[in-house]
Amino acid sequence: MIETIASAALAVGEALNIRKKRIKNGTGRTRLSLVTGTHGDELEGQYLTYLVGSYLEKHIDMLDGIIDIYPALNPMGIDSITRGIPMFDLDMNRVFPGSKDGTMTEVICNSIVEDILGSDMCVDIHSSNIFLKEIPQIRISVPTAEALIPYAEMMNVDLIWVHESATVLESTLAHTLNSRGTKTLVVEMGVGMRITKEYCYQLFDGVLNLMKNLGMWKGDVNGIHKPLLSVNRNVGFVNSDAAGIFVPCVNFGDTVRKGEHIGDVVDPLSSQIVENVNAVSDGIIFTLREYPVVYGGSLLARILETSEGEEVL
Amino acid sequence: MKKSILFSLRSPYREQLDVYGYTFGHGRKTLAIVGAMRGNEVQQMYVCSRLVREMKKTEAAGKIADDCEIMIIPCVNYYSMNIGKRFWAMDNTDINRMFPGYDQGETTQRIADGLFRNLQGYEYGIQFASFYQQGNFLPHVKLMDTGFTDSELMKDFGLRYGIIRRPRPYDTTTLNYNWQIWETKAFSVYANATDTIDEDSADEVFYAVLRFMKNRDIADTKVQPGFSTDLINESETHQVQSEKAGIFTSAVDIGKYAETGDILGRITDPFDGEIISEIRSPISGTVYFEYQNPLINENTVCFKIIKG
Repeated sequence: MIETIASAALAVGEALNIRKKRIKNGTGRTRLSLVTGTHGDELEGQYLTYLVGSYLEKHIDMLDGIIDIYPALNPMGIDSITRGIPMFDLDMNRVFPGSKDGTMTEVICNSIVEDILGSDMCVDIHSSNIFLKEIPQIRISVPTAEALIPYAEMMNVDLIWVHESATVLESTLAHTLNSRGTKTLVVEMGVGMRITKEYCYQLFDGVLNLMKNLGMWKGDVNGIHKPLLSVNRNVGFVNSDAAGIFVPCVNFGDTVRKGEHIGDVVDPLSSQIVENVNAVSDGIIFTLREYPVVYGGSLLARILETSEGEEVL
Repeated sequence: MKKSILFSLRSPYREQLDVYGYTFGHGRKTLAIVGAMRGNEVQQMYVCSRLVREMKKTEAAGKIADDCEIMIIPCVNYYSMNIGKRFWAMDNTDINRMFPGYDQGETTQRIADGLFRNLQGYEYGIQFASFYQQGNFLPHVKLMDTGFTDSELMKDFGLRYGIIRRPRPYDTTTLNYNWQIWETKAFSVYANATDTIDEDSADEVFYAVLRFMKNRDIADTKVQPGFSTDLINESETHQVQSEKAGIFTSAVDIGKYAETGDILGRITDPFDGEIISEIRSPISGTVYFEYQNPLINENTVCFKIIKG
């Protein structure tokens, strides 16, 4: 069943509609919501939700519960390759919980929250932006870590990154839902404006495994692996100090040692290397820059401290 | 006057970005003024440039108070201004959502950090701000209520209204909020237009800042007395939203008084021209914001009214 959960008339000839698909079977009342498309340049969730939706429909007898799929919280953004809501300054994920009596965006955000609330679990799927590639990971703020880590471990991701909470993040969808009683996991993976099929397949297995653990899936699930947990591990940030073109000499997922050469920033005009980029710590490169043009400050890589023999990819 | 580079950033393909500060007077860091942090804040830069010119004359006449230093930064983000973008040219991030900044962080975090290091320690701070919605404002001063700055100080600007805003989570990374956390009494001054120059409102806020300097004994400038400022909590202002979508026309000017039921604007069907909505004032009061775009979506704030 496809339903419009929020709608607002646009100036000329159309309406902005937020839609969801409900797949339901059996007598179970457990409800899982899959949410994606908040940022219009993040597309990994489009394929993942397609995979889940099409598989469940083919194997509907194995479902005992309710799956709500919200593929596009920001449909105009996806449709116009715009990260935010077109013609609106604020990041949509800084407007939650919205307001019943507010602006168009606030009303839409409020309707989204009201519709998802009551789910037993929500998975909010993001990609990286166009600049960086990320391994499949779940990000959790410290205050919610104890409650969410057991569920995050079911999702077949490579990393669970527990980060400090910040006031500005109180206006995200995940914070809003978690603070109102709907457990919400935030997935980050891949790169902006692209679909990484193998990551989507990996997360697909994770979603089915989560459903199995929630008692809503009677079918088989593939084996999942235990993710690395960032707690008590160093995460090293490698930022460019120079401006130019970043050319890495390592690959995504490589294990590096502190001080090891991982790339160069070059200047095509002067034909010079303007910065030798070195690893800031030992570990695995779990974030790597995809977009070559850099300024001072551009993030080039993140390195996760690992023990001997540990792998994520 | 001393013109100095406060922060520099190299670009792969453009001239280096140099953020300039103009300093007047000597001694205690008394007042810092920041203009355009976004690429379309032309009015904000324009008002600052007029203040720089005025302060040169004021300083030459010896009318800046002893032991007072004033710094003016007309434009931070001219990279975006020169290519017609509002936010940072490379990644579309907003410098005014990056404070207090981070010197080891991403590019706009580094810009915010470089700027903020130069802005700390001033007793007063003024930012010429712009609103995220398209529209015209009655020039006013706004205070983010962090509990640090006395709202009564807004009266020294002599603008008609001083508005007190309760910060939302997304406000906590703005300059105004962080300035106050670092103990600068910070104000945002709204000068009506953003990407165009409106001389009347530019005049109004230009003189308001001079008045603030005079009333705070920072500089003895020649300025007429202003309004007796009404201090208003933002939550007490009334927002009027569009009930339909279409072509919007305003029927009032900002600053005008509207009675309950007066027509403020109309929305017509974009295809057949029929009036589909008359926007009427739900209360009697002064219109201090009007939406300014011929096209309007449903649930868009088209007017803000201060009751009374």
